[in-house]
Amino acid sequence: MELKRVVVTGLGALTPLGNTVAEYWNGLVNGVSGAAPITRFDASKFKTQFACEVKGYDPENYFERKEARKMDLFSQFAMVAADEAVADSKLTEGNYDPDRVGVIWGSGIGGLRTFQEECVNFANGDGTPRFNPFFIPKMIADISAGHISMKHGFRGPNFVTVSACASATNAIIDSFNYIRLGMADVVVTGGSEAAVTEAGIGGFNALKALSERNDSPETASRPFDKDRDGFVLGEGAGALILEEYEHAKARGAKIYAEIIGGGMSADAYHMTAPHPEGLGALNVMKNVLRDANISPDQVDYINVHGTSTPLGDISEVKAIQSVFGDHAYKLNIGSTKSMTGHLLGAAGAIEAIASIMAVRNNIVPPTINHFTDDDSFDSRLNFTFNKAQEREVNVAMSNTFGFGGHNTSVIFRQLND
Amino acid sequence: MSEIAEKVKAIIIDKLGVEESEVTPEASFTNDLGADSLDTVELIMEFEKEFNVSIPDDQAENIATVGQAVSYLEEHAK
Repeated sequence: MELKRVVVTGLGALTPLGNTVAEYWNGLVNGVSGAAPITRFDASKFKTQFACEVKGYDPENYFERKEARKMDLFSQFAMVAADEAVADSKLTEGNYDPDRVGVIWGSGIGGLRTFQEECVNFANGDGTPRFNPFFIPKMIADISAGHISMKHGFRGPNFVTVSACASATNAIIDSFNYIRLGMADVVVTGGSEAAVTEAGIGGFNALKALSERNDSPETASRPFDKDRDGFVLGEGAGALILEEYEHAKARGAKIYAEIIGGGMSADAYHMTAPHPEGLGALNVMKNVLRDANISPDQVDYINVHGTSTPLGDISEVKAIQSVFGDHAYKLNIGSTKSMTGHLLGAAGAIEAIASIMAVRNNIVPPTINHFTDDDSFDSRLNFTFNKAQEREVNVAMSNTFGFGGHNTSVIFRQLND
Repeated sequence: MSEIAEKVKAIIIDKLGVEESEVTPEASFTNDLGADSLDTVELIMEFEKEFNVSIPDDQAENIATVGQAVSYLEEHAK
């Protein structure tokens, strides 16, 4: 059967850099850091006392109080971003079949704060179970997709993907696949995460995964810099409307870009460490290029996973050089995590949006906080350090890798008929 | 209004997000105040916590209105 073409017709973002797509993109292009001291709890005893939190977020601006109380923050973030994307896409009653609109969301963890609070309440009691009836439905990661469907009446395929930091990219790839196979006309996809809690920071600190640069939060996320010391935890959500091309054309939708490939692979190596030679990363980039049916030299920009961890950055760059050869020197490599921090299961969503906006605007957002070169990296590579670069971006690739050795990558291209 | 009735009213306003004027003794949680089955369970739990009582399931089923909650608690609260 012939596969259908799939395009992006709406975007939504709630990020540490801004609470709409426009604010987010503006922050990216201007190289703004979203990191600051943690406000969500007292972090004074934690090794890491800063994070990239969403700023100025008041649930009462978006929800009735009763409604907000039944949603963990990660679901609230999902709803806010999805609402923006749906409004942006101008999907309105009558121009789509609700049975053919799906919601495939991603979240690495789900309602971590809900889980933590309920367990703490129980532990502080006398052993009598007094769990809130909303505990389970607030916590489970898939409730985010459920809430989005209930709000908008979208009755197509509905589920959540869980693959740690690759979750949202898996959701995007699944959405792309269902649409190109003809199983849905439109899918609301993306991801959300809200893990800036005691358990989240403490857990990642125990793994020695987080930067501990407490004296300078805004320069802590420094992918590819010699003195990088771990990632900065972020929170928020990104939403994309993926739509079958003819369906989008028929209703006169605004089209941001075409999604032309999705790739997946596993390291099959270690729970948290990346394969030292970047084997999984290498395979996933080969897979996505094959799926997109393009050659490596057609890629202009790679929005890398680039979390600012000592090992991860090296293995990803090794993989890029193996896959792209000399073309690696001609493309722009960039880690937007230098600004947003690492949104875990939502990372793939907001980074897909950065890639799509790069394609639409022909601007590559920078990798900020570059101070000292690291000899581990080939100096001929262009990491887009410190300042955004204008260039033609016809094709952008977005990589995301997750604990467990899950690797995902997607490719977006300017729409040409 | 008794102290218990005041507290019950406050809990209902907080949990169900309704206006004070709607919380009349005859008001049914599900039919008048927009509660679903989970909200009702949560309300009962809040009453248990606030008034330090344990409400058995078979008795909780008979608490469907504001007035029924108040009378049950006036009788059982410690």
